[in-house]
Amino acid sequence: MSNAENSNQYSTIVKDGLWDNNGVFSMLLGMCPTMAMTTSATNGFGMGLATAVVMAASSYLVAVFRNQITTEVRIPVYILIVASMVTLVDLAMNAWMHELYKVLGLFIPLIVSNCLPLARLEAFAAKQPSFPALLDGLFMGLGFTIALTAIGAVREIVGSGTLFADASLLLGNSFKVIEMRVLPADMGVLMMILPPGGFIVTGLLVVVKRVLDLRAGKEIQMAGAHAV
Amino acid sequence: MKEFAMIMISAALVNNVILARFLGLCSFMGVTTRIDTAAGMGFATTFVITVSSMADWAVQTYLLDAYGLGFLRTVTFILVIASAVQFTEMTIKKVSPELFQMLGIYLPLITTNCAVLGVALLLVEGHMSFINATLFAFASSLGYSLVMVIFAGLRERLALVQVPRLFAGPPIAFIVAGMLAMAFMGFSGIAAS
Repeated sequence: MSNAENSNQYSTIVKDGLWDNNGVFSMLLGMCPTMAMTTSATNGFGMGLATAVVMAASSYLVAVFRNQITTEVRIPVYILIVASMVTLVDLAMNAWMHELYKVLGLFIPLIVSNCLPLARLEAFAAKQPSFPALLDGLFMGLGFTIALTAIGAVREIVGSGTLFADASLLLGNSFKVIEMRVLPADMGVLMMILPPGGFIVTGLLVVVKRVLDLRAGKEIQMAGAHAV
Repeated sequence: MKEFAMIMISAALVNNVILARFLGLCSFMGVTTRIDTAAGMGFATTFVITVSSMADWAVQTYLLDAYGLGFLRTVTFILVIASAVQFTEMTIKKVSPELFQMLGIYLPLITTNCAVLGVALLLVEGHMSFINATLFAFASSLGYSLVMVIFAGLRERLALVQVPRLFAGPPIAFIVAGMLAMAFMGFSGIAAS
């Protein structure tokens, strides 16, 4: 493959991951952390980054060992690789980002059973060389982060009137600048940060993505969820 | 007796696995297009959650806690769950070939259903006794099945109505699920979480 083809392929991977084939808004995968960890933009951002690290690392490992993994046992092997990466992220966050670790709690180990990493391993990393696989895992993960931060931002603004509240506490002091109050304290609609808000905001944002795609003259998928 | 009833109501209705804890949403959106498949999935998942939670409780108490191996929890639990799914598949195949035919394709997918791992982690973190843990797991999975069947019923109706084109498919399903979650919030007065 020539260099031009290579860079073309890479830019497709980046665009697919971030927007065109976004894990949450287009493929509807990884819904559990999407709903549970988006009560604020900061939580969504932290959850997304943890998932992105796991996805990049496990995609790379699967691609490196793709010729050694036989088809019959591939799913258990993938799950074990993802589980090992999740354990590393879990321990690292517990050590260095303890506040965020406490907030995300149960959903860090649950990255193992998030459908998105497994779906990308099966659909992409298992058939590709290591570098594109790393890129795909990373950008699918970053697309996931964007989606979670967006849902979190909408829920937080409507629900409690703030944006990125507690960012300095959870992510580190340098994030103090992005904390802001958008609406007065008593104007929040509590429903939005309770469970129903998660479903409704996600549904509405899927529609927003469809509208934007239509405006840009792209084909939009109207089919139902094919998630498993 | 009252304590057991409280555990069950709290796990099945108040803190419903799907609508309050957000676990198992992939299957919630994926296999609820028809009532019978949703009920079959609910039945199989109930079995797997109960069996694997009992096994995970034993592994956590007698292996991980006893030898200080807590950091291996995620990896061990997913292995236990994968084996429990395999075991369920073999049992159902032997006991009831008809049910096996019906559930066939859904069984392997239960391994990556986060409700299974989620319930196991919840009961381990709650430091429950064995009886309480089993009841909690069973009631949680009953709540899961209940919501799966209700939502499948809603979606069967939803397929027949005209929704705005941009909302067709997943978006309208999410919004309906949001309303169902609001309805389930009505249970929150019954038992303390």
